[in-house]
Amino acid sequence: MQIDPLGDSALIVRVVDDFARDPDASVNAVLAALRALEEAAIPGVTELAPAYSTVGVFFDPARVATPGADPTAWLRTRIESALEVRSVESEGDLEAPLIEIPVCYDREFAPDLDDVARVAGLADSEVIHRHSNAAYRVNCVGFIAGFPFLSGLPPELATPRRAAPRKEVPAGSVGIGGAQTGIYPRSSPGGWNLIGRTPLCLFDVRREPPTILQAGDRVRFRQISREEFESARK
Amino acid sequence: MNVNILSAGFVTSVQDLGRTGFRQSGISIGGALDSHAMRVANALVGNEDSAAGLEATLGNLRLRFDDQRVVAWCGGAFTVRIGDGNLPSGHAGLIAKDEELVMTAPKTGSRAWLAISGGIDVPPILGSRSTDLRGNFGGHEGRALRDGDQMPLGAKERRFETALLIGRRSQTAASWVSEWSAPAPWAATAHRDRFLRVVRGADWNRFTTEAQTSLFSAPFTVLSDSDRMGVRLDGPKLDRVDSADLLSEAVVPGTLQVPPSGKPILLLGDCQTIGGYPKIAHVITVDLSIAAQLWPGDLVRFHEVSLAEAQNLLREREEDFARFRIGIDLHLE
Repeated sequence: MQIDPLGDSALIVRVVDDFARDPDASVNAVLAALRALEEAAIPGVTELAPAYSTVGVFFDPARVATPGADPTAWLRTRIESALEVRSVESEGDLEAPLIEIPVCYDREFAPDLDDVARVAGLADSEVIHRHSNAAYRVNCVGFIAGFPFLSGLPPELATPRRAAPRKEVPAGSVGIGGAQTGIYPRSSPGGWNLIGRTPLCLFDVRREPPTILQAGDRVRFRQISREEFESARK
Repeated sequence: MNVNILSAGFVTSVQDLGRTGFRQSGISIGGALDSHAMRVANALVGNEDSAAGLEATLGNLRLRFDDQRVVAWCGGAFTVRIGDGNLPSGHAGLIAKDEELVMTAPKTGSRAWLAISGGIDVPPILGSRSTDLRGNFGGHEGRALRDGDQMPLGAKERRFETALLIGRRSQTAASWVSEWSAPAPWAATAHRDRFLRVVRGADWNRFTTEAQTSLFSAPFTVLSDSDRMGVRLDGPKLDRVDSADLLSEAVVPGTLQVPPSGKPILLLGDCQTIGGYPKIAHVITVDLSIAAQLWPGDLVRFHEVSLAEAQNLLREREEDFARFRIGIDLHLE
């Protein structure tokens, strides 16, 4: 495990060396590290942010350590000891909620379905079938507020991002970007291949937490009809 | 009691020290791009550090208040007038009911932070009153201000008004300007020679020796597609020695990231929470005040300091700020 400075007020804890070798185990390890750091409640640490193989640790250099001590070195020691405790405990079964996201793959919501199907060499219906029958995991939430990056896409559905991003992708759009799939929580510019849309509101600042999906959550897509989509929106 | 926006200027928004604790949901810290300037202005009018004020871009702002307030501002080289008098940056000024405050366009720099006693009392969203302009939430209706907007003000600290009324006044400025003031480097943050101190980033070694050298030897020009998310820079192309795709990980305001074009982007307060471009360096926290004044066409240079130096500078500034607050209190007795 490596700990790198991220400017003068944050560190990046590199929990996993090779995320791609086993994304599921990597997410578990990162989540376990996140929980351990939360529990350690290190004074002066203001925020923690997991993403793929790392946990970002944000701190106030004026509040960590004792005056005269090197805040980075002090923090490193505290982080390492918090994570040592973790390795003693079982890292095995990490409970992660399973969240079902209804998706309508109607033509109107899937302008790039043909492209994905062509790259995969599959029929449109087969792309939908495979996309909605795979098990996914939230690797991180970011890029724009509430955007979940999901691993678990069947490899044959991997499709490069569009050469020219769209100026506006409608809220709820489900897309494929490279080997990942994700959902646009709100209308925004974006370059992923759009293959469907969910009627769920993924991000709402009136909720706490404001996002339905958190890093580590397990996700399944359930295909719904246009009628179900419209009635869910009401 | 309200503040009335007679003229909203170029881009003016409600900002405080930002939204902490929601990076896990992808929400940027946001807030005043120079949060130190916002704190200093707040201290001058008797507000808590976290009170919400206005961030004005390029000025052209006109305000009127429903009751008497104390105001203060810090930032670029703007001119702020109340009635016929001038309110210098880093001083508190008394503004009467229905009197007009006018902030003109800056000579140098681009942004200013205005604190109003009592603070702007818009409803906090996720623990902050700052406007998330990309997410369209927080602040006043989640957007930049428009002409004719009205916003409620909070309860004010009366000691500051009283002190100004009984004559704790500046010897050199208009009669309604305070004798207490902020240190000049905190009050006026726009400089002609723009040097930003940086520490090395985690991906420093992914760059060629030429790139590492030119980062500290060449000037970079601020490009026009810069905004509150980031300052896009033009200069020598910063090439990498490797071409590995990096996994996205946390980024912070101050991060100097380099996309495949080789043209660096300096991230500011509204930056995304995670990014996959290599991080060659980070502007140190105390110099984000200077970074927040950059405007298209400006030249900027980078200078390397150690991590320990960056943290010491920040700690010293915190200690100075605590003394500054105590110093203001002495003027009120």
